[in-house]
Amino acid sequence: MSEFLWVIIESTIKAVIILTLIMLVYGALGVYLERKISAWIQNRIGPNRVGPFGLLQPFADVLKLFLKEDLVPTAANPTFHRLAPIITLGVAVAVYAVIPFGDYVTIAGRNIQLGLAPNANIAILFVLAMTSVGVYGITLGGWSSNNKYSLLGALRSTAQMISYELSMGLALVGVLMVAGTLSINQIVIQQSNYHWNIIYQPLGFILFLVAAFAETNRAPFDLPEAEPELVGGYNTEYSGMKFGMFFLAEYANMGTSSAIMVLLYFGGWQTLVPGGWFGFEPGSIGLALLQFVSFFIKIEIMVLFFIWVRWSVPRFRYDQLMNLGWKVLLPLAIANVAGTGIVSLLLK
Amino acid sequence: MSLEIILFIVLGVMGIASGFVTITSKNPVVSAMALVFHFFMLAGLYLNMHAQFMAVLQVLVYAGAIMVLVIFVIMLLNLGDEEKLKEKFSIRTFVAVLFGIVLLIQFVIIFLASSGSNVLKESNIGSVEMIGNELFTNYLFPFEAISLLLLAAIIGSVILAKRKVD
Repeated sequence: MSEFLWVIIESTIKAVIILTLIMLVYGALGVYLERKISAWIQNRIGPNRVGPFGLLQPFADVLKLFLKEDLVPTAANPTFHRLAPIITLGVAVAVYAVIPFGDYVTIAGRNIQLGLAPNANIAILFVLAMTSVGVYGITLGGWSSNNKYSLLGALRSTAQMISYELSMGLALVGVLMVAGTLSINQIVIQQSNYHWNIIYQPLGFILFLVAAFAETNRAPFDLPEAEPELVGGYNTEYSGMKFGMFFLAEYANMGTSSAIMVLLYFGGWQTLVPGGWFGFEPGSIGLALLQFVSFFIKIEIMVLFFIWVRWSVPRFRYDQLMNLGWKVLLPLAIANVAGTGIVSLLLK
Repeated sequence: MSLEIILFIVLGVMGIASGFVTITSKNPVVSAMALVFHFFMLAGLYLNMHAQFMAVLQVLVYAGAIMVLVIFVIMLLNLGDEEKLKEKFSIRTFVAVLFGIVLLIQFVIIFLASSGSNVLKESNIGSVEMIGNELFTNYLFPFEAISLLLLAAIIGSVILAKRKVD
């Protein structure tokens, strides 16, 4: 029983650390970067009042959201109205159960994995499953608000996510064929010595990138919350921290997509500079920290790319979105799978 | 009591409870969401039996794809409460009850006959490798037959969708 107790304690500590990281890195840093970069792109200054360089602005924002009145429309379905943001944020966070943040650390003779269940046999399928379940939060939020704009936004979002999930899954199949495993940690370990999968799967990566933009409802695929048409989309009727939860989930999803791309295509926690330069042994805390920092630097570069695209590219029209998803991405993804199969057969 | 038995009881009770909510609720969205919850409990039961692949497919396919479409349709059609429908005894209800009773008797017979001998012994029966190996060796023909069937269904739905309404 003591072994079981130890597992619970270890998992709880890890979960608390991961949650804090998501809040700080994706929530606070993500929002700050978004506001600052959008300001640069639009020739403005951006937040610069709260703290040095406006760095504390996200905390002020969250404080404001907490103090706001929480409005629920009379005609809304209160249970589902309350449940929707919880589902959205919960699912966005649940993905981190299978994401490895580094190799292992040896503390007092125990090999501790940096992640909750990084060696899970089905990790990638779990990520896909959680993304597809994430639709419920948005759909229920839009429907339970009892508002035309919310419902339309939710329906658009659902249709969009269902359509792009297919190409996303098929784009991943290419990587899985190269790696031969569904465990994310194994895929990362195979990419050691800078043999990143992006070299073997360039088309697969581009397809996954486009699908990830659509899955996270980010511009140029932000039709579910297209302001000129839909007021605010599925979260029109939300205020206070419930809106904050939708908002945080959006940034958490962006971070998750970036993390998945980094793990599958850019070597995940494989260090940017060889750990040998500093004389770190495998399993030492120094190497783990280096891996951790490398992983987050890669993720932040991807997040910067997401933000850059959002403020540079105009929004798609709805029929263009569906055409791109079904008539361009899906055939290309199938061709990528077939091509990968043929090439790996020839090279055998 | 081991952890697995505790988990089995918790997941089983919650699964049956959500199943009851699914068939008794008058609000179609509540029914659908209860069914989604039920699928999650089923996935938990699969995990409890070390069938990771089955568990994640349960969530991915049923909760993530099929039920999303069901909810989509419910919301698009804006189905009202079922209470407005008149309850009346019809031949359909009678046949349904009859089939239900037959099914229940079958379950009871199966339970009485097996009495614990059919319990799965193999621990990694549900892993990706096992299922893949079985599908592409022993069950190749049924697998290919099903894929043809699905292809036919896809083509059929495309043809139905493309038909011009006069």
